[in-house]
Amino acid sequence: MSGNALTVEKLTKSFGGITAVSNVTLHIGKGELVGLIGPNGAGKTTLFNLLTGVYAPTSGDITAYLGEQPKSMRGMPPHKISRVGIARTFQNIRLFSDLSVLDNVRIAMHNSIEYGFAASFFHTKRYFEKEAQIKEQAIELLGIFGLDKKTDELARSLPYGEQRHLEIVRALATKPEILLLDEPAAGMNQSETLELAETISAIKSSYGLSVFLIEHDMSVVMSICERIYVLDYGVLIADGTPEEIRSNKKVIAAYLGEEKL
Amino acid sequence: MFKAKNIAAVALLAAVYTAIKILRLTGIFGSYHEITIAQICINMLLACSLNLITGFAGQFSLGHAGFMSIGAYACALIIIRFPSVYGFMLGLIAGSLASAVVGLAIGIPTLRLSGDYLAIATLGMAEIIKVVFFNLKITNGAAGLMNIPRLMNWEWMFCLTAGSVALINNFINSRHGRACMSIREDEIASQSVGIDIALYKIAAFAIGAFFAGISGGMYAAYFYVLKPGIFGLLKSIDILVIVVLGGLGSISGSIIGAALLTLISALLQDFASLRMIIYALMLIAIMMFRPQGLLGTNEISFALFTRALKRESAK
Repeated sequence: MSGNALTVEKLTKSFGGITAVSNVTLHIGKGELVGLIGPNGAGKTTLFNLLTGVYAPTSGDITAYLGEQPKSMRGMPPHKISRVGIARTFQNIRLFSDLSVLDNVRIAMHNSIEYGFAASFFHTKRYFEKEAQIKEQAIELLGIFGLDKKTDELARSLPYGEQRHLEIVRALATKPEILLLDEPAAGMNQSETLELAETISAIKSSYGLSVFLIEHDMSVVMSICERIYVLDYGVLIADGTPEEIRSNKKVIAAYLGEEKL
Repeated sequence: MFKAKNIAAVALLAAVYTAIKILRLTGIFGSYHEITIAQICINMLLACSLNLITGFAGQFSLGHAGFMSIGAYACALIIIRFPSVYGFMLGLIAGSLASAVVGLAIGIPTLRLSGDYLAIATLGMAEIIKVVFFNLKITNGAAGLMNIPRLMNWEWMFCLTAGSVALINNFINSRHGRACMSIREDEIASQSVGIDIALYKIAAFAIGAFFAGISGGMYAAYFYVLKPGIFGLLKSIDILVIVVLGGLGSISGSIIGAALLTLISALLQDFASLRMIIYALMLIAIMMFRPQGLLGTNEISFALFTRALKRESAK
């Protein structure tokens, strides 16, 4: 692999007296699929919120190696981080629920296919050309999960599993290089989960993405992740390959409690 | 550009225009009807511009009459000095731009506010604007401006309204308009897909204010008289009622709502004492049976009709 896509350096976030993420250092290689696991309340989603600019870190640094120069994203607002090439999905689905499936994806293409205010007021030739491109690409992306037949439905009317799929499509529509997935398989059954895991791997290779994945379903994490980080009470307690994590004493203790001898 | 949808819209506009023209020429419509048409045009533009701010971008505003008053006073002051079509054009442009600038000025400090708090802040701004007009010498204070040359007729109004509403509609159906809607839906998700929500909140205010300024200019050049009292909280609420009744997030809803409510209040003019009661009862009834507004977030289109037909035939 050609080096890192993202590095996190001693990242800390405290809310008042509580330190949700403490001194976390990690890296994600280009084209790598990395898992992040940990018990409930370990700070996984907080870490994602720090990576995407929803929260500003208390200390530490986040650096993206996506353009020509490494770019520190500390203190950058979320919309700028999106432009750097980092996209995410949300644990508690955050779709634009009163808008159509197609609009959800079109909105995410805001920065990838552009035209000015004048074009949008007067619907110039440029507007029609660009809108045609936007629509074509949006439908193509929706095709990944077979959502291209439901373009006109409202996002809120989709079944739960498809809403999660739409979130992934929307994230892809920002043309990211790093994709952060927050529990993409939550609430799905066994076969849906397996299918999703396969699709994530497929998306990763066909779009050349680096993927950072929070997941509680160990079958997903263990089967598709190349490397796994384990977070507990805001502290990284382990990292390694799935085999290493499976047999790591600290991890077992964090999940099941200490063994009393 | 020459899609069936656009041709249908132009055909409909032409039909309405011709119908009014014939009714006016044959004398069935008198000057009283013409005033109602003018009011409908002004209310339509006000409602569509407020809908952009409140219905599409989701920023609750109670200050729309303030934006309108800036356009009205600016236009009136200019056409009093230059009573010609060119003066009117100049007044309209100056008024709408001035209003857009004030929209920017309101949008920026209230960026962090939302919901009720934003409504109170915009209400406050509109009251400040009103007080300024009350106290300025150039606007002749509480007595207001009189004898503003009447440079508007209903034909002008019709064309200006149609053109402005078309521009608002175009804006909404663009990537910028979609960005505004995404703010209404979910600010965090909107930012996460790369939308600068501060920019689009301010843009929605500025553009909404711009078109409210145009409607103010139309008002000034049609109704001779301007008084600061016209542009108070009640006016803002009137506009908001049209928007909510027509459907937050539906331009056709605002158009129908403006036409309907203006007509009803004109028809009830003869029953002055009962007017507000009937009006209020109607609003309550509509809100009880159609809480999402007459059209919800739908637009009137062929697709809507074909869908309705399909539903009927499926029964």
